[in-house]
Amino acid sequence: MTGFIWFWLVAVMIVGYVVLDGFDLGVGVLHLFLCRTEAERRQTLASIGPVWDGNEVWLLAGGGTLYFAFPLLYASAFSGFYLPLMIVLWLLVLRGISLELRNHIDVGVWRALLDGVFGLSSGLLTIFYGAALANVLRGVPLQADGYFFLPLWTNWQPGPHPGILDWYTVIGGCVALVALTIHGALWLTIKTSGDLAERARRIVKPLWIALGALTIVSLYATIHVRPGSLANYTKYPFTFIVPVGVIASLAGIWFFNRAARLQPVKAFLSSSLYLFFMLAGACWGLYPTLLPATTGVDRDITLAKALSGPHTLAVGFVWWTFGMALALCYVVFVYSRFRGKVDLASTMH
Amino acid sequence: MTAELIHRLHFAFTVTFHYLFPQLTMGLALLIVVLKSVALKTGSEQWDRAARFWAKIFGINFVFGVVTGIPMEFEFGTNWARFSRISGGVIGQPLAMEGVFSFFLESAFLGLFLYGEKRISKWMHWFSAVMVFVGSWISGFFIIVTDAWMQHPVAYDRLPNGQFEVLSFWQLLMNPWGLLQYIHNMTGAVITGSFVMAAVGAFYLLEGHRQDYARIFLKVGVTAGLVSSILIIFPTGDLHGKYVAHNQPAAIAAMEGLFKTETGAGMVLVGQPNEETGLIDNPIVVNDLLSFLIYGTTKAEVKGLDQIPRDQWPTALPLLFYAYHIMAGLGTWFLLLMVVSGFLLWRNRLEQSRWALWALLLSFPLPYIANTAGWMTAELGRQPWLIYGLMRTSEGYSNTVSASNGLFTLIGFMGLYALLGLLFTVLIYREISLGPEPIASTTSH
Repeated sequence: MTGFIWFWLVAVMIVGYVVLDGFDLGVGVLHLFLCRTEAERRQTLASIGPVWDGNEVWLLAGGGTLYFAFPLLYASAFSGFYLPLMIVLWLLVLRGISLELRNHIDVGVWRALLDGVFGLSSGLLTIFYGAALANVLRGVPLQADGYFFLPLWTNWQPGPHPGILDWYTVIGGCVALVALTIHGALWLTIKTSGDLAERARRIVKPLWIALGALTIVSLYATIHVRPGSLANYTKYPFTFIVPVGVIASLAGIWFFNRAARLQPVKAFLSSSLYLFFMLAGACWGLYPTLLPATTGVDRDITLAKALSGPHTLAVGFVWWTFGMALALCYVVFVYSRFRGKVDLASTMH
Repeated sequence: MTAELIHRLHFAFTVTFHYLFPQLTMGLALLIVVLKSVALKTGSEQWDRAARFWAKIFGINFVFGVVTGIPMEFEFGTNWARFSRISGGVIGQPLAMEGVFSFFLESAFLGLFLYGEKRISKWMHWFSAVMVFVGSWISGFFIIVTDAWMQHPVAYDRLPNGQFEVLSFWQLLMNPWGLLQYIHNMTGAVITGSFVMAAVGAFYLLEGHRQDYARIFLKVGVTAGLVSSILIIFPTGDLHGKYVAHNQPAAIAAMEGLFKTETGAGMVLVGQPNEETGLIDNPIVVNDLLSFLIYGTTKAEVKGLDQIPRDQWPTALPLLFYAYHIMAGLGTWFLLLMVVSGFLLWRNRLEQSRWALWALLLSFPLPYIANTAGWMTAELGRQPWLIYGLMRTSEGYSNTVSASNGLFTLIGFMGLYALLGLLFTVLIYREISLGPEPIASTTSH
């Protein structure tokens, strides 16, 4: 039971991170294509300016939670995914700096450069995150001592000795890129106005078609790569509500984003639900495994193997629930303070 | 180079670069609260603008701190996997608490503080500044708690699989080592903040620009600088040093270059430790001082390295010795400079004393060096242990990550951080050149 709870607490942190940082990553990808004037670009970036670093905190808090709840998983996965994680770190550094510094630089060429870095790093991050999740679903070549080390790629096949990138994980990267770009576009339809908001609304349509196709392909590929991922679903058939939720939320994005009946907040919530169902579905497909081994089932890192000691978790549960309740209050407070369309005049600093 | 050394350098380099930013963030957060409080109390627009100017510097600095801080949490797993695996149940808690209790608070209120001034009342804006200060100081606390457990493990038990587990939440947080280190470290951060503020004030006066703001910066900077320069030595440095002496005799002996156990041990002010001969080359020594500082009597016996098995000596002995002496030497200079500047400020003569303004201006990098040297003292003193007395550094690094993979990413970080350092300098230079809004102007920027 303790294991079940902590599994889902960590999952909640990951979902929180993807839903929140997801839209500002998506905005990062989009602003290169959507914005036509400096004023539009400012409006776009101001829509995420006050919240992006708070969104990134979910990554740190989630990482910390994973660290103390499942130290073995943290140690094994972080050292095994060494190279891609370092690239993620470099991208996070470049992204944060380029976003923040464009406001402090007046020279057009430098601004354009920083915008390019911001867009590119945002896009690459979404691809890496998607590929990372796909790596976990596919499994890694765990050694008997619980460690592994993955090269960036081998023969692009998800066999017993895969690389970070293979055809399956690339699909995962594409799903994340498209899904988060839509998520960002829907955020912009809420936060921006005029022509820009309309362009953001319109770009969702072609992306939505791509996402629908990619979703089906990725679900099919997951079952192909990891046939056992349906076991939990067939054992508890009511959990098929999760894939139904994926489809329903996809439909919701389309429905609420129509020009005639535009309801941008509901469309944004739909894409949040889509991300939630996709991630929850993946977690449920894995449970109770945390990191499957391609080198034999007995080497899987499971909940039972990775869970911290009982006292650690008891202590952790108390402060964690209290702290996260507090954190949610701040998040709600900040978003409510900055609700509504971006007002450039009052957000400049 | 061995993998162990690469992983140590990897962490050391990234954390050293990272800590250049939070030390100013934490120090400045306090001073901005002071500026905002005066502005609120007196209704002075000038103090409000002074606060707004420092908020800009703070904002830039904060972002650099955030982006260089994220790698730190990751590196526990990427570069120190074996350590994380057995200590995650303990170490992971304060690290996660930092995210949950501090970063959410800090980022939420910093967003309001920097972007929301026109959307909230002036009380709420003041409150945001206070919350940013509280958040950044809580963050420092959890990091120190993490380090303190490695320096002085408390409240733990070992599970059958070798993993450490927390026995008492409060004992983990109230680790006496941590509390002493915390007050010493935070005082060090205030020194950085106040020296930087005083230096900008001195710069404006020497330039002959913005004298009105320069006076505010000098008043706040020198006052806070004087108080913190006293507190860094007494009581915080004194208490912390004594605690180290009692709990890590090898560390204190190496810091002081005390190879042989002595009654009435002297204190080496300057010298070079020679590991081969077990002597200090070219020493200048004050007799009996070390015994007095640790035990309060000049006749006390202080344990030297000769009583410690060779394989438990700190591994980088001369470096540790120099780091400690640089920190202590700079601390002495800070006190001297701030006592003189404080006196001149009190007599209203600081503005005319160009030599003192020059000294204040040129001293701004020194707290960065002192804070860095202080951390090097703490962490090199802990060697050869990763968790003091329980796990050696050689047992903790990720042995699946080869030396040259580690070297590759270390070089990557060095290149990236060189770029960051350059950008930071340009941006801060620009903000200082632009300065606070002139009083007469009514245009909003």
